[in-house]
Amino acid sequence: MKHWLRAAGVLVFILALALAGCEKAPDKAAAPAAAGPKTGELKVGFVYTSPVGDAGYSWAHDQGRKAVEKMDGVKTSYVEAVKDGADAERVIENMARGGFDLVFATNFGFMDPTMKVAKDYPNVKFMHCSGFKSSENVSNYFGRIYQARYLTGITAGHMTKSNTIGYVAAFPIPEVIRGINAFTLGVRSVNPKAQVRVVWTKTWFDPALEKDAAVSLLDVGCDIIAQHQNSPGPQEAAQERGKYSIGYNSDMSSFAPKAHLTAAVWNWAPLYEATVKEVREGTWKGNRAIWWGMDKGAVDIAPFGPMVPKDVQDKVLAQKALLMKGEDKIFVGPIKDQGGQVKIAAGVKAEDKELLGMTWFVEGVVGSVQ
Amino acid sequence: MNLVIRKREKSLGWGVLVVYLVALALALFVCALLLTLSGKSGMGGLAILFRAAFGQGYSLLDSLVKAIPIFLCALGVALSFRMQVWNIGAEGQFALGAVGATWAALTFSGLPGFALMPLMFLCAMACGGAWGLLPAALRLRLGVSEIISSLMLNYIGILLLEYLVFGFWKDPASFGFPMTAEFSSGGQIARIAPGVLGKLHWGLLACPIAGVAYSVFLSRTRLGFELAACGEGERVARYAQLPYAFLVFLVMGLGGALAGLAGSIEISATVGRLQPTVMVGYGYTAIVVAWLARLRPWGIAFTAYLLAAFRVGAEVMQLEMQVPAAIGPIMEGLILLCVLAGQFFLTYSVSLGRAPKPEAACPGGNGAEEARP
Repeated sequence: MKHWLRAAGVLVFILALALAGCEKAPDKAAAPAAAGPKTGELKVGFVYTSPVGDAGYSWAHDQGRKAVEKMDGVKTSYVEAVKDGADAERVIENMARGGFDLVFATNFGFMDPTMKVAKDYPNVKFMHCSGFKSSENVSNYFGRIYQARYLTGITAGHMTKSNTIGYVAAFPIPEVIRGINAFTLGVRSVNPKAQVRVVWTKTWFDPALEKDAAVSLLDVGCDIIAQHQNSPGPQEAAQERGKYSIGYNSDMSSFAPKAHLTAAVWNWAPLYEATVKEVREGTWKGNRAIWWGMDKGAVDIAPFGPMVPKDVQDKVLAQKALLMKGEDKIFVGPIKDQGGQVKIAAGVKAEDKELLGMTWFVEGVVGSVQ
Repeated sequence: MNLVIRKREKSLGWGVLVVYLVALALALFVCALLLTLSGKSGMGGLAILFRAAFGQGYSLLDSLVKAIPIFLCALGVALSFRMQVWNIGAEGQFALGAVGATWAALTFSGLPGFALMPLMFLCAMACGGAWGLLPAALRLRLGVSEIISSLMLNYIGILLLEYLVFGFWKDPASFGFPMTAEFSSGGQIARIAPGVLGKLHWGLLACPIAGVAYSVFLSRTRLGFELAACGEGERVARYAQLPYAFLVFLVMGLGGALAGLAGSIEISATVGRLQPTVMVGYGYTAIVVAWLARLRPWGIAFTAYLLAAFRVGAEVMQLEMQVPAAIGPIMEGLILLCVLAGQFFLTYSVSLGRAPKPEAACPGGNGAEEARP
């Protein structure tokens, strides 16, 4: 029982300290967001789901952060490798407490934590990436990476010889499914016989596992490997087998120079700079869904590898020019699902809402959305 | 002059605390050294760490919230470690607890909190406990090492959770993202005093209750005493006609139930729904905590809190110094290493002195084993 007295003592001590400290806690219930331009130093925080050294998703966001850091009177910081849920809530709240004016929460799983913290800190502005909730001081944003995937699909459709393309994918969520569909539509726009085989790794960043998944696709005859993963594992697998690959997030050619045809890449700098400018000028608003495409420079494709013939490059760049002008006809019907049923009627363009909740594969994909 | 190492005849008493503090200080010193080597301010880093972990009311509360699941899981594994049954499966039992609680919360969402909450805990403890019983049964019936089977069941448990969340528990309103619907208000553990005590929630109550029960069970009951005796080894236990098989089932079942309880509290209090990302490795941290605390309940409480606080502090270090996220696990690893090394001094005394003459100490000439140069 003596032990328990000691334990109780520790607990009481902690609680006493906590209570004492609470008096020092910043006053959360301050007046709601004062409109108008913000003078002085602007503090901008970024929350990442994986380490920024991953050459992938978080790395791409961090390039955007570095661009923001160069702006006048702006100070940035970040926390990497943050787990969704309780950890994310604490990290985001620590930013709000620490006097940050604007917080970018860059992962889907940060959505609810962002909403919770935002409610308690009406003065702080939040931008959540890839989700669907918003409020007075939360807007969500994303990029139309599927446009870039469509272009990489066209490249793959031209380059495949076996007409079987492998796709190593993370989780069966709309973002990933939409990418696979756009890629497949790109492939089949130039090569209607080709198929795209999908395997799920259920990981975002696991180099060894994601490489193994690519190997299994190569074993069944795929001659190009595309990926929706944050590690370059699949690229390496393709190069080791003398096959081709298509990267994601950033130009991954340094990992597989002989295999890397091109990549669907993020370019967050324009969107981040524009948002910071809005906050600076006092024009930032919550309750928005900002979804930028190639026309605004939020997504792009990486430079082609030397193995991609000039005529293929030209065909892809011609399509890219259309997207740059804002002519996005990727999800225009007729588009059938795997069972041959028409899901998007002829001549109809799928609305953003449909794209955001996409849970079915287009014809030509081999695999299940489970 | 030689270093003389002897087994201690009596316990160090308050010296134990000194050993632990020195080990902790050493770990933090190495950590500061690493920061300095990577071009950051080492002492500045530690200052931020301590300010963020202990400096403000809310940081203490944040750490306390994070310590709750770690404490419960650690208590669960400590129970089985007491009798040298190696339950590495707290992570999977945690997952099953979350699954059990979610089932109750989704099925009986109309019930008021006072009925739904106990039901969720019960389901969580039953599921977690059953997951713990599996390795026990395999061990006793087929002689399968529980270390391997409980570890493997972690992966199966997590996959089961994912299967359910990606499958028929998926919230239709979640745009296909893997998460269940939010629990009804009766299925969510409330915060004690949101304005004053931050994110601290009523789930905290489970800790003293479980801790006292653990302590009373081990020190005041016959089964607890038998359990400690079984720790001397299976053959001893069988020779003394102790109910060894029953005790293995008991500790694995109770351990699983505690981890399951932790799982249900975590999802109900901090996320309010089930999603795969609730699995952040508390079940593994629990093993470290149980070992560092040498299976003692107050030690587990303290260690769980300390590790939670350092994790919270490491996040702020990242934010303010831009150090890599790896600093957290590195620090945890250093503390584990230093404290385990420090525990050597609890069992042995080391003194500078002339080695006892071989013939005097050990007529057999084996003195070298006792006194190492």
